[in-house]
Amino acid sequence: MTDLTRLTASELAAKIHKQEITSVEATKAHLDRIAEVDGAVNAFLHVDTEGALAAARKVDGDLAEGREPVSPIAGVPLALKDVLTTKGVPTTCGSKTLENWLPPYDATVTRRLREAGVVILGKTNMDEFAMGSSTENSAYGPTRNPWDRERIPGGSGGGSSASLAAFEAPLAIGTDTGGSIRQPAAVTGTVGVKPTYGGVSRYGLVAFSSSLDQAGPCARSVLDAALLHEVIAGHDPMDSTSIDAPVPPVVTAARAGLKGDLTGVKVGVVAEFSGEGYQPGVQRSFEAAVAQLKDLGAEVVEVSCPNFTYALPAYYLIAPSECSSNLARFDAMRYGLRVADDGTHSAEEVMSLTREAGFGAEVKRRIMLGTYALSSGYYDAYYGSAQKVRTLITRDFSAAFEKVDVLVSPTTPTTAFKIGERVDDPLAMYLADLCTIPANLAGNAAMSVPSGLSDEDGLPVGLQIMAPALADDRLYRVGAAYEVARGPLLDRIPELKGVSA
Amino acid sequence: MSNISRDEVAHLAKLARLAVTEKELDVFAGQLDQILDAVAKVGEVAADDIPPTSHAVPLTNVFRADEIRPSLSQEQALSGAPAAEEGRFRVPRILGEEQ
Repeated sequence: MTDLTRLTASELAAKIHKQEITSVEATKAHLDRIAEVDGAVNAFLHVDTEGALAAARKVDGDLAEGREPVSPIAGVPLALKDVLTTKGVPTTCGSKTLENWLPPYDATVTRRLREAGVVILGKTNMDEFAMGSSTENSAYGPTRNPWDRERIPGGSGGGSSASLAAFEAPLAIGTDTGGSIRQPAAVTGTVGVKPTYGGVSRYGLVAFSSSLDQAGPCARSVLDAALLHEVIAGHDPMDSTSIDAPVPPVVTAARAGLKGDLTGVKVGVVAEFSGEGYQPGVQRSFEAAVAQLKDLGAEVVEVSCPNFTYALPAYYLIAPSECSSNLARFDAMRYGLRVADDGTHSAEEVMSLTREAGFGAEVKRRIMLGTYALSSGYYDAYYGSAQKVRTLITRDFSAAFEKVDVLVSPTTPTTAFKIGERVDDPLAMYLADLCTIPANLAGNAAMSVPSGLSDEDGLPVGLQIMAPALADDRLYRVGAAYEVARGPLLDRIPELKGVSA
Repeated sequence: MSNISRDEVAHLAKLARLAVTEKELDVFAGQLDQILDAVAKVGEVAADDIPPTSHAVPLTNVFRADEIRPSLSQEQALSGAPAAEEGRFRVPRILGEEQ
């Protein structure tokens, strides 16, 4: 029998909808795989066996009674990042603060997945409150990269990317504030998309930096990502920043791209994202990808976006500032951890002691950095200036998109680094987000698609494609065309079977 | 010259309600100083005539009719509370000993 965990989501859906296999069989295959390998990967913080099987049975029951599938991916299993609330199912955000929290409501993304018949296998590991680029900042231990378990799977959504690369799930949800979908995708050889800001509802997405946070699809193929994108995207009255406009035709665009023709598409190579600090193997992989885009018929030009080099410093002011405000909600009063409530401490002391005990080092650093950047006397020099840089970056994108349809760059400057290598050096860690941050600051759409393995270390490299806001479909056309020309990658991953304790 | 002193970091921690340890203060003071050095780079291009952007999507107020809709029950709202009493959140005393 075919190993169901090796199929793409669209292949699985076709088999389930034709009733060649049941969703319960597909779900059990993935639950078995998780049981077998997750001890070595640590992609999941919680596996919801009962909930997953109940959702699968519902899909099978509907199909058996002759009803049409409720969505093109009904019955397909998925791994959900632990930053999206799930009613009655633990949601920790990788933090001790929320260790035993059972949310009383579903995020809109969660609700849409359930309504589309998608089977939620469990919740994936992440850097605490999505702050990090390696998943080492999780309070529940790091996730390991299935390509090399001594290395990081990216972050903050390392659990989601690793679950795909380990064949524990064919689909996953991530969230991307500065690259937390795209950088994990790049270093695990998977596909990750940050939709246009406001394209996917943030209701029930535990807020880190509200003007940047955006949930999006993660998959092993561009078409699968598109199918998931259409399920989770769309206007939501529960999120006042949600865009009230039709979802871009991403599935149609992916299918068009699979024909392998990019004639008439103008691609801009970002001049600023190369040179010093870029691993030679990553650079060579990127150059080969650009050559392949030309072979597919695209017209390629170099484009300068001079302010992109200021994106990283601007981000590390804006995101901490918003985080210092957002994380004030963890006050030990209404939900989450409370320590030292012994009658001798005041509310303020309980609050301070609880936050000290509940938050990890990176979260504390960012809260203090944001508190500083927003304080009177420093506001103009730091937060105010960062907001001006945001304007400059948006202008760079606008000028570039007058000349080209999409921009491309490496997704991240290096392949997966070793666990522990950057954990005590915040500035070195932040460099992993160098190329991904501009799209967050401007709010436009961006994707990472695998561009093969680096020739010097054999580890995956990602090609980043960036499109204007609301033109998410362009990512899928270019991404799918490139993917089909490049050929499969994940079949070269070392086998994990039998690794579990 | 450093951007931020150890005392300033201690003050920030107090403002942010983080009961950090002496050892953490030593580490954080050095790291925050380094990070501030790097992020201060934004000042190089942030000229007076550039308007700030707070949000990628131009936002206007979103209105809706003021109608009662289903919401969390009292029991659900209290379900994650560290302590509850008589249908309310129970909180530690607000005033310190000396007050």
